Amino acid sequence: MTGRYDFALRLGDDALIAAQRLGEWTTRAPEMEEDIALANIALDQLGAARLLLTYAGELEGAGRDEDALAFLRDDREFRNCLLVELPNGDFAVTMAKLLFLSAYQLPLYTALTECGDERLAAIGAKTRKESAYHLDHSSLWVKRLGDGTEESRRRMQSAVDQVWPYTQELFAADPAAPVDPAALRADFDAVVFPVLDEATLTRPEAGWAPAGGRVGVHTEHLSYLLAEMQVLHRAHPGANW
Amino acid sequence: MNARQAAAAVVDPEIRVITIDELGILRAVDQDPATGRVTVTITPTYTGCPAMDVIRSDIRRALAAAGHPDAEVRTVYSPAWSTDWISDAGRAKLTAAGIAPPAPVRAATVVPLTLAVRCPRCGSPETEQISRFGSTACKALWRCRSCSEPFDHLKAL
Repeated sequence: MTGRYDFALRLGDDALIAAQRLGEWTTRAPEMEEDIALANIALDQLGAARLLLTYAGELEGAGRDEDALAFLRDDREFRNCLLVELPNGDFAVTMAKLLFLSAYQLPLYTALTECGDERLAAIGAKTRKESAYHLDHSSLWVKRLGDGTEESRRRMQSAVDQVWPYTQELFAADPAAPVDPAALRADFDAVVFPVLDEATLTRPEAGWAPAGGRVGVHTEHLSYLLAEMQVLHRAHPGANW
Repeated sequence: MNARQAAAAVVDPEIRVITIDELGILRAVDQDPATGRVTVTITPTYTGCPAMDVIRSDIRRALAAAGHPDAEVRTVYSPAWSTDWISDAGRAKLTAAGIAPPAPVRAATVVPLTLAVRCPRCGSPETEQISRFGSTACKALWRCRSCSEPFDHLKAL
């Protein structure tokens, strides 16, 4: 049974970990414009994470604010999907991850606007507009790389194949949640498949379906990410500038 | 200067040619009739907008200068900000500062189809997008094919 607290925590953790990963590209992107774009998208994800984690903390009622949830939980307490914690890989892997994440977040945030919870509805109305830009951006890159040179196509196909298994966790049925993720699968497919087709990429077969993020069982990559993200706050609790 | 005017005159810290009122992020200025305490309500353009803290403190400072030292600034997220809330005066100021203002957002689509964006320098519609994301969360980077000048475009949202 997934209450609103667990649900807000999952969504907030997805956005937070995605923001941290995207932020790793800053000063390392293949071109200046892309550096700025990835930093902007990371900032949008961080904004969503702050709203969702603040709300989760209020729902929990134990006095934890966004910072306590972001910086003072250990890996097993995080509820993000495995997709967002995977390393950035090359640029194609990052774009495959972003395409799948935004094609999931857009219908999810849209569904929030009608989920009956006023706070979640307000968050959804705001974040879905930003998600639409993320989806647009990643779609363009996947098409450009897939339908590009022999090398870019090889890398883009490899990235899609590598990341695809992790998309299945996103849609695990949870009828008790404010939005049942299983209901989002059709919207996801309707967006992602035409992008892959236009990119001349082969749609991956359903197969291996790694999962566990929603119950706190993560890949080892999350632990390293958290170590970097949390170290400053833990060394200097409550630091401000 | 009353509380409303003082809050409305605060400029956006990242686009310093336009006020928060013209940008449409100033949602309300209320004064408690009994205590006289002022509450200002604002909404962010983008959820992660890093300018919000500066805007809050600028509002408090402006109100203190206008005789309201204990003003409260509230942030609301609903209804979500839209570029349609930018006033005509605000649009004119953006253009004058070299930032192409956004086209109207059509209710039916989430991301509006981008129609021709006019170069804010020479007025030519022969422009192209360089990047969907620009120097701040709310802008995209464009270039004019007529005068070759790159420019910022406030994205329709």
